[in-house]
Amino acid sequence: MTQAPAIELKGISKAFGPVQANKDISIRVMPGTIHGIIGENGAGKSTLMSILYGFYKADKGEIFIAGKKVQIPDSQAAIAAGIGMVFQHFKLVENFTVLENVVLGAEDSGLLRPSLARARRELKALAEEYGLNVEPDALIEDIGVGMQQRVEILKALYRKADILILDEPTGVLTPAEADQFFRILERLKAEGKTIILITHKLREIMETTDTVSVMRRGEMTATVKTSETSPAELAELMVGRKVLLRVDKAPAKVGATVLEVKDLNVTDNKGVHRLKGINFHVKAGEILGIAGVAGNGQSELLEVLGGYEKATGSITVNGQTIDLTGTHSDGRSRRARGIAHVPEDRQREGLIMDFTAWENVAFGYHHDPKYQRGIFMDNAAIKDDTVGKMERFDVRPPDPKLAAKSFSGGNQQKIVLAREIERNPDLLLIGQPTRGVDIGAIEFIHQQIVALRDQGKAILLVSVELEEILSLSDRIAVMFDGRMMGERLPAQTDEKELGLMMAGITKGEAA
Amino acid sequence: MDLLTFLQVLDSTMRLATPLLLACLAGLYSERAGIFDIGLEGKMLAAAFLSAAVAFTTGSAWLGLLAGIGASLALSAIHGLASITFRGNQLISGVAINFLAAGLTVVVAQSWFGQGGRTPQLAGAARFEPITLPFADALRDVPVLGPIYYELISGHTALVYLALLLVPLTWWVLYATRFGLRMRAVGENPAAVDTAGVSVIGLRYAAVAICGVLCGIAGTYLATALQAGFVKDMSAGRGYIALAALIFAKWRPWYALYACLLFGFLQALALRPDVIEGALGFKVNGQLLDVLPYILTVIILAGFVGKAIPPRAGGAPYVKER
Repeated sequence: MTQAPAIELKGISKAFGPVQANKDISIRVMPGTIHGIIGENGAGKSTLMSILYGFYKADKGEIFIAGKKVQIPDSQAAIAAGIGMVFQHFKLVENFTVLENVVLGAEDSGLLRPSLARARRELKALAEEYGLNVEPDALIEDIGVGMQQRVEILKALYRKADILILDEPTGVLTPAEADQFFRILERLKAEGKTIILITHKLREIMETTDTVSVMRRGEMTATVKTSETSPAELAELMVGRKVLLRVDKAPAKVGATVLEVKDLNVTDNKGVHRLKGINFHVKAGEILGIAGVAGNGQSELLEVLGGYEKATGSITVNGQTIDLTGTHSDGRSRRARGIAHVPEDRQREGLIMDFTAWENVAFGYHHDPKYQRGIFMDNAAIKDDTVGKMERFDVRPPDPKLAAKSFSGGNQQKIVLAREIERNPDLLLIGQPTRGVDIGAIEFIHQQIVALRDQGKAILLVSVELEEILSLSDRIAVMFDGRMMGERLPAQTDEKELGLMMAGITKGEAA
Repeated sequence: MDLLTFLQVLDSTMRLATPLLLACLAGLYSERAGIFDIGLEGKMLAAAFLSAAVAFTTGSAWLGLLAGIGASLALSAIHGLASITFRGNQLISGVAINFLAAGLTVVVAQSWFGQGGRTPQLAGAARFEPITLPFADALRDVPVLGPIYYELISGHTALVYLALLLVPLTWWVLYATRFGLRMRAVGENPAAVDTAGVSVIGLRYAAVAICGVLCGIAGTYLATALQAGFVKDMSAGRGYIALAALIFAKWRPWYALYACLLFGFLQALALRPDVIEGALGFKVNGQLLDVLPYILTVIILAGFVGKAIPPRAGGAPYVKER
């Protein structure tokens, strides 16, 4: 007996201006399965699903739900067809309660009270059925992202969705929250729901999906059974060539100590103690990786080292003391000491999104005599320099006059990297080097970091991606609650031990 | 200062607070839905003119009210078209509406009535007359309560009572109805409303239309109740004071009432320098009282009296992200 697919898309095409986001895409999703859609950033995954959810309108193509052809001109039609979507950036009203968010748009009548009462009862039932625990009366702005995500799933279930689309669901979750999330997915599947999981993480696809479709540059390149494929094959289908999933690197040739941090303390303007007596050092020719769940002091550490957060304690670079509070505690004097910084949030701290690539290349180094002509900026020289940087760092498209926001995440990161690395720093601070960056660019960025290490530079790497820390670092330090939990060598530890340390538990206590 | 003088000041506070309150609630609907509206002033002015002109021509204050609401709604439609459909800058659209109203009212008034840009004096049924509440005269001589009932509570026009009723009504709409929930949501995060399958554009137009109706009533009140006819620039910055009151009230209806009463009280005091001198023992410059609402608003905005957080999506046209 053949079952009709829960969803069938036929020949979907969608263009945004000159950009063809989806080209003639067809896909079948069988009911009661978890179907993964994988592809690099900008491959068109989210666009395709937004079309299915009625958020965008397709230029061409047909949609069938349970074998019946349907029109989905808006989200209301999608909801009526039993489709629910959890967007990558949650669509929640921050200062509403959980209950109000669930009810919004699905009220029973003109008056709120009966709707809220019914939602409260149903939420309780759904929470028991699927393990989706939420506090109905908490404000969204007061709850963590994990619970916010559960609210989004509940919103869909409350609207009787049989098909759930999840766009990059684990991007904002801690490893523990992600584990809980995948248990919820299993429950949903067991209850007969059909799930479409959009992600660029190969591991999630391999561990959770039944079938996987691969997208590349707006086209569907393959649909395969997950059990019959491998991460390497999927990566190749995504990128269109073979990809090194592991970083190849020679043993470190460690030199003299470059960065020495002693008893570093930071209290923020709310009086919260963010860094509590941090001590560590980084030597020339090595990568020190700092692991930890986001928000445990890593950001503050980078900000202090980069010169835009005040602190007490001592930091020396090449034996010279760094000013932590006075007039020389700024980014410019840090750069003068040979410290380069690739900030965690490139869109807020690394680049000015509305400015051109060449302007962004000059930022922080605009005092460079090379960029000056008398009292004027030598814009032509900066543009020339940018063209060279774009070529060497494979920035696409290689157009210095394009605004930073027009580049993909990976290419934005390459612009920041090129600006910082080509200053030939003694110490490179690099935060979340590959956050929101696609596989092809990840490989390139990792190679650049390792190449800099091999030139004998000291590198401080901060990342919440444990895999990245494990594959790049020569030594690993774990931060928890503003403290250093300890150091490990990559060869002598594993994700499990580091994960426990990230939760504030050292080996002795765990046993 | 005796009780009667005090009651007279409070009575005048009520009358002066009414247009502020109507405009403030108008702004509350619009801004809660995410459309900033500095065109309250212009809408009031247009409504004041057209209501006075129609009331004079027809001899009916109620027809004047309809005309006033119509004038204000027309300007609201322009604001909606510019800022919702064409996604223009809401502040610029509002400023344009204020200029348009300031100029157009005088020009049309001049060509219509030829009295130097004003309408003729309204009298009789062309004005909203004070309503004497039941037993007001009979109870007048009861000590304390009698004068309070007669002077303060009774003897206002219908529009004053309407404005006061709109406060609990607005509160109820905002927090107890589906429309209120959706309207508040669209001012905070329109994408949440859109993905929930509700029209962002429809909600915003509805809110802007309500704003138009309330501004129309406010303007009509100015020309046919508070005063007897339209004169040039008669709104006299009340639209801006209403905006200040809205910020002061942190976009909440009951607080809007208190803020408007406070600002109305300051305006009433400015009209009675003798009362202030009697109470304080020295003269206070009337202009100082006129600027107090703005000074208070600046203090609020600077965060001294708690934080005034505007609706988060306010001022931004809704564009689906790409």
